Amino acid sequence: MIKHFINLEWKAFFRSPSFKTNLFFKILLGFAALWMIVSFSFLGVGVYYVIEKELDKDPLVLVNNFLIFYVVFDLVLRYFLQNMPIVNIRPLLYLPIKKGKVVHFALNKTVLSFFNIVHAFFFLPFSVVLVIEGYPFLNVMGWHLAIMALIYCNNFINVFVNSKDAVFYTVLSIIVVLGLLKYYEIFDITDFTAPVFQAFYDMPYLALIPIALLVVLYKMAYSYFKSNFYLDAGLAKKVETVQSEDFAWLNRFGSVSTFLKNDIRLLKRNKRSKMTILMSGMFLFYGLLFFTGAVEAYKGPFWRIFAGIFVSGGFLFNFGQFVPSWDSAYYPLMMSQNITYKEYISSKWYLMVMATIVSTILSVFYLYFGWQAYAAVVVGAIYNIGVNSHMVLWGGAYIKTPIDLTSNKKAFGDKKSFNAKTLLLTIPKLVLPMVIYAIGHFTLGETFGFTLVALFGIAGFLFKNKVFDIIEKIYKSEKYKTLSAYKQNS
Amino acid sequence: MITTSNLSKTYNNNQVLNIEALEIPKGQSFGLVGNNGAGKTTYFSLLLDLIQPTTGHIISNEVQVNKSEDWKPFTSAFIDESFLIGYLTPEEYFYFIGELRGQNKADVDALVAQYEDFFHGEILGQKKYLRDLSKGNQKKAGIVAALIGNPEVIILDEPFANLDPTTQFRLKGIVKDLAGKQGVTVLISSHDLLHVTDVSERIVVLEKGEIVKDLVTSEATLKELENHFAG
Repeated sequence: MIKHFINLEWKAFFRSPSFKTNLFFKILLGFAALWMIVSFSFLGVGVYYVIEKELDKDPLVLVNNFLIFYVVFDLVLRYFLQNMPIVNIRPLLYLPIKKGKVVHFALNKTVLSFFNIVHAFFFLPFSVVLVIEGYPFLNVMGWHLAIMALIYCNNFINVFVNSKDAVFYTVLSIIVVLGLLKYYEIFDITDFTAPVFQAFYDMPYLALIPIALLVVLYKMAYSYFKSNFYLDAGLAKKVETVQSEDFAWLNRFGSVSTFLKNDIRLLKRNKRSKMTILMSGMFLFYGLLFFTGAVEAYKGPFWRIFAGIFVSGGFLFNFGQFVPSWDSAYYPLMMSQNITYKEYISSKWYLMVMATIVSTILSVFYLYFGWQAYAAVVVGAIYNIGVNSHMVLWGGAYIKTPIDLTSNKKAFGDKKSFNAKTLLLTIPKLVLPMVIYAIGHFTLGETFGFTLVALFGIAGFLFKNKVFDIIEKIYKSEKYKTLSAYKQNS
Repeated sequence: MITTSNLSKTYNNNQVLNIEALEIPKGQSFGLVGNNGAGKTTYFSLLLDLIQPTTGHIISNEVQVNKSEDWKPFTSAFIDESFLIGYLTPEEYFYFIGELRGQNKADVDALVAQYEDFFHGEILGQKKYLRDLSKGNQKKAGIVAALIGNPEVIILDEPFANLDPTTQFRLKGIVKDLAGKQGVTVLISSHDLLHVTDVSERIVVLEKGEIVKDLVTSEATLKELENHFAG
């Protein structure tokens, strides 16, 4: 029986439409995975010596300190990226296979997931180094097993959390709060958790607790899925009650409002687009890396512009690069209706401009880091509106991967970004403004640098109609290709 | 109204459609039948310029559909669920289509109200998104949306499939009314020989992409079709 399952999985993987069309991407992904494995291993070996030499602390104690964030962050990452295997067992429901077997297989499959295995590449070398450096074998063993068990606990917790957004957002906000409290040294959660992790080392037999927890979680996941193994229970889609929304206040935008209303509904009502909004919110804080001087490499003055562009343009980049893929599910409708491309593109443009302005207002807190920081954000916003909004839409016209609006998986690091043409377009998006600023900064000073970038942004605004014409032409010439690409659903 | 000449579509040396000539006059209710893979949906997709012809062209109301977009204002269609916007409620969807076709809310409301019995109380005011409706109800919404904005050509691919019997009868009434009273050209494809002979004045049978029969519907048509497909 297992043989059949594995056979099915194998075929599902190699015969998926995205596999065939995106071999290049698969290879890239393979390299990324390899890179992660290698860097995790190096980290595992190296972290001991780095901590010992640079910080002069017991590496194990320090690692235990941060382990709580590691474990919880792992859970968050899984929520976003790890797919649950439950969906494809639908066709097996009525076949003469014992339910238990199917559920066991589905759960066991997750055990082999990359998300579990990658951690071993960090903890194994780290534990080995510990033993080599004279830590007692038995204690290290207990600690190691306990941590791995916890990682696997995450795996099964994710199985539950996956279907409950509310749980996830609560967990996420708790982490953020705890992280901030620790950063500002108000309250340190690690004071309570570090001793727990330390205990696994001091008393290796305590590792039995997380292992027992793991077994319990597995049993729970098993019985949960087994009892929900019905089309109208665990395998059913949730249906929410909703109200029609009119958005009459948008009518002032004239003919564009038809699309604008739809775009706002699209953003509000789909998992994938909500994720985009969340990510755009996170971009607001990206500038902290630069303006607090937290990252050594970002100290050059032109990096300010880089930060400013990302802080104000989070939504612009996240949303804009997938126009028109957002409408991929009903593209045939759009193409057979009497739509005017100009209005269609304008509506997306308005949306991005509004979001950029809102981001700029929200990021007023950068004034705390000096007027230059906020000036960079404002100038970045002007450049985003004037130039990048066009660039992003232009680049998007070449992207033909359909978007599944109802799923928030794959929201990050999607294959869509890997496209020679779009990569080329990042030059005017990011490099050019940095160069312009640098020229101004090093000749007449920073004010001149900011002014130059802003002027470029305003100048770009004048080309709006020209760019829209170009995009319209691309849409028209690529119409059939786009239609057939969207048909091969992801 | 719709003139097809030398139209063919080939995928990797595999010809899926080849129509030398087909003329559909204005106001005709036109039925297309054929087994799976006969080329029905391909023909409709070509009519809507969703795919490119390998050779030949279609001229609809003096507009060559793969050259100009001027056929869009007078043509509407429901092919499959890719014509629905899943995250809208049916009402929002109707208004959206209405706006694209130059109809205000009151116009749309008036039109939709006519089809209340067709909806059977399962579409309007359901507080559900289109994606959460059943296949049959999605189809009802899609079909009615295709009637918004006084189109002169309406294309419906397999409109009877997935509909419950009551709705099938009501749909037949709607189609007859459109072609007979309002002079709308209605193109329908179907696997249901009985329904399609009931509503169409003319039936064309496709087989492996070619026209094998072109019949004016009469008493004998159903029998002839049944014999054709049985044999």
